[in-house]
Amino acid sequence: MKLKYIVPVLLLALFTSCSSDDDDEAVPPVNEVENLIKVKDITNDTHTIEVYTKSGKFYTGYNDISIRIKDNTDNKYIESAVINWDPMMQMETMRHSCPKSAVSKASDKNTLYNGFIIYQMTGMNGSGWSLKIMYTVDNQEYEAEDTITVVQSEKQNVTTVTGSDDTRYILALIEPTTPKIAVNDITIGLYKMENMMMFPVVKNYTITLDPRMPSMGNHSSPNNKDLRYNNTKQKYDGKLSLTMSGYWVLNLKLIDDKDVILKGENITESHIQSSLYLEIEF
Amino acid sequence: MSLLICTITFAQDQAIDNKETDTLITHLDEIKVVGRHKLSNYRQKKTLSSIDAYLEKSNRITMIKRGNYAWEPTLNNMVSDRLSVTIDGMQIYGACTDKMDPITSYVDVSNLEKVIVTSGQEGTENANCIGGGIDLKLPESKYYNSGIKSSFDLGYETNGNYKTAGVDLAYSSNKLYLSGDGIYRKSDNYDAGDNEEIKYSQFEKYNISLQAGYKLSDHDNIDATMIYDEATDVGYPALPMDVSLAKATIASVAYSYNNDAVFVKNWETKLYFNTITHIMDDSKRPDVPIRMDMPGWSDTYGMYSKLKAKVKKHKLSLNLNAHYNRSLAEMTMYPNDPNENIMFMYTWPDIRTVYSGIYAKDEFDISTKEKLNLSARIGYQNNTVKNETGLESLQIFYSQISASKSRLLTSFSANYFVKHKKIDFSFGLGYGERAPSVSEGYGFFLFNSFDNYDYIGNPTLKNEKSTEINFKAHYHQKRFKVGIEASYFHIYDYIIGQTDTSLSPMTIGANGVRIYNALQYASIYNTFVNISYTLHKTLSINASVGYHYGQGSDDNNLPLISPISYLAEINYSLKNFNAALQLNGNTNQDNHSIFYGEDQTPAFAILNLNLGNTFFIKDHRLVLKYGIENIFDTHYSTYADWNNIPRQGRNFYINTSYVIQ
Repeated sequence: MKLKYIVPVLLLALFTSCSSDDDDEAVPPVNEVENLIKVKDITNDTHTIEVYTKSGKFYTGYNDISIRIKDNTDNKYIESAVINWDPMMQMETMRHSCPKSAVSKASDKNTLYNGFIIYQMTGMNGSGWSLKIMYTVDNQEYEAEDTITVVQSEKQNVTTVTGSDDTRYILALIEPTTPKIAVNDITIGLYKMENMMMFPVVKNYTITLDPRMPSMGNHSSPNNKDLRYNNTKQKYDGKLSLTMSGYWVLNLKLIDDKDVILKGENITESHIQSSLYLEIEF
Repeated sequence: MSLLICTITFAQDQAIDNKETDTLITHLDEIKVVGRHKLSNYRQKKTLSSIDAYLEKSNRITMIKRGNYAWEPTLNNMVSDRLSVTIDGMQIYGACTDKMDPITSYVDVSNLEKVIVTSGQEGTENANCIGGGIDLKLPESKYYNSGIKSSFDLGYETNGNYKTAGVDLAYSSNKLYLSGDGIYRKSDNYDAGDNEEIKYSQFEKYNISLQAGYKLSDHDNIDATMIYDEATDVGYPALPMDVSLAKATIASVAYSYNNDAVFVKNWETKLYFNTITHIMDDSKRPDVPIRMDMPGWSDTYGMYSKLKAKVKKHKLSLNLNAHYNRSLAEMTMYPNDPNENIMFMYTWPDIRTVYSGIYAKDEFDISTKEKLNLSARIGYQNNTVKNETGLESLQIFYSQISASKSRLLTSFSANYFVKHKKIDFSFGLGYGERAPSVSEGYGFFLFNSFDNYDYIGNPTLKNEKSTEINFKAHYHQKRFKVGIEASYFHIYDYIIGQTDTSLSPMTIGANGVRIYNALQYASIYNTFVNISYTLHKTLSINASVGYHYGQGSDDNNLPLISPISYLAEINYSLKNFNAALQLNGNTNQDNHSIFYGEDQTPAFAILNLNLGNTFFIKDHRLVLKYGIENIFDTHYSTYADWNNIPRQGRNFYINTSYVIQ
């Protein structure tokens, strides 16, 4: 092929692609909840609070949650709200909350707010939980509350344990959400149960990691990295090697900032599972 | 007229056969497997025996047995990773991660004309190798104008209730050659000595091959071949798994030019392709820790162009070849708890191998008594891990590796021959390199039941490099012949699995994990002495003894090195009858490799009796081969028997061939 034939074709391709970019910008209504499924509408007289997750459900463990607030009068979504939330478990004799993040405006979004809640347990058929949303729009405070269903996850992705320091800790698996046969980035959230309502982040501890496959002779995998506290994420990061797909038990040990083992044991021939563990299946 | 030509060619064939028998016993450079259409009543063997059994007759070759089928050839005590095994110059990659399907298992003896075995760097005509080359030669088209020729074979062996049936049809005119053959084999479990049934040693297979040739002119012709081979229900008693299906399609088209009158005598260009499916499972085993399937696939596309020329005292050969292979294997495990997800991994993560190389050889007749052979091969090989998941799984072990790796491979050999009246000598030097095999480079948790370790490939391995010295001498005086051969290989960066105690094995019950790594060097030494004596025109004896040695730079013995082996044979042959009594044995395996999981295999000796008759019925021939193998029903295994599975006990066999020409 001669160059003089190729060049015009290339230029043409370049210009057409440029102009199509312009077209994209010209079309404004972007679906801000693309790839999200609505879990529930929580309503009060003035607003409808739409609650979204990727799966359209709440599960025990870590839930990445998106929220938007619709004005019931004009059906428009609020773009400047200050939101807070309060998940609550009502049990027969008492009530308690769970670890949660603040709610903040999702980046690159106009109407969407984002945060996470870690449900450490659930009741019969997913019952017991309610979610209260407290929000401020134009200096006026509102509230909406409703019961929600929290489905029990098939595998243990969250666990509540009492450490040797008599403190109750909650550990929740955050990453990997889609594990693969590779070295995965693993993220765990670690919270202390200060009281029934307060679950602050625990900082500067270490979580050791020993993944095992109980169905295949409880074998491990190489080049895992223990989880260390990441101050910006306020979570614990490490590396998780998964040599094959299937069911893995992540045996953990919780070590505090003074190198005291608070929970968990080493895996040996006779001790095949740590008392502190999470599960992955893929 | 056509009949006459046939008779002449038959006579020629016989002459070649006779000569080749000597070759087999003494020189070992080339073993001729005689196709069924060229049966010789001289040779003491079964006409329907497998390729494996044929190859085993060479004392440079040992067959590693994992069962009664698909034996893996070793040459100079080196396994297939170090050899170049080709079918008529065509590169084929086995599809089994556990070496349950050596290339030789995808052809049958009915497909072949001969097998060329070349030791060390002389064996690099088709690929870079360390130990040598085994080329399984398909027959050439013959334009004899002999019309249709056919033959039928039936075989039965008592041990394992082994049945064989074959048919062979060939048509030859002045311009067109067509041939087709089919063979079917089925065996139940065989019995070792003392009537011990070896469970999971059954197999069933059939093989069909078609060949067509057309003569375009006196100097050029085109050829096409197609082989389809399918084995089902193959048991591997030495392994924890069996094979429910192993099938191969091997096809080629070739154009060749022949002219004795010009500088280029022969120029052949071939395009080929082959595809293999290998399904390994454990569905027939009643008691396994976990059920698993391990299928594997291998597809190869390739070409070569071979040129032969003669200038004065130089015989030149040139071979330009290239191939592309895709090897993929996976493992699926089914947990005993049905609520758990199945477990999966890529054991060969879709490895693409691209190879291209050039080979040149000069056979220079220095004088009538002296000859110098020089050969060289230079090849370029690239391996790419195509499967993303596969690459990421390897990166668990090697975080720095990228998907692609290229290597340059060189080989060189020089051999000097002197021939005197009663004595001839040859002396050779060689240097060669090879790339790691797919398993050595990229295997992922491949369980080796021999040493009971899981193996992980290593993409960062260096090329294995071998320097080699070989020596041969033959002396003959009237009826007496003696020959000695010796070869020494000093192999740098010798690839072998090394235990990494920090890793935990995937396979339930395995001892640990071994990573393919390199010893600084390893030494392998082989020597043979062959003696033959002709007592009478009809009666001869021959014997051979082999000594082998292999050690790594870590002072450990290498695995799968033969102890002293010996073979002695008395042959009695008349025109239409022959008999042979054969003694075959090994001494105690003193130099076994404890480090690599070997135990000591005790000495053994077995006695075989082979008989053959030829009858002529008009123009047709009926050939009968019968005999007793392992006459004393000895219970034994050799050093090359995987996990010491015992070999066949006493076996009565009969092969009949009826040739219509």
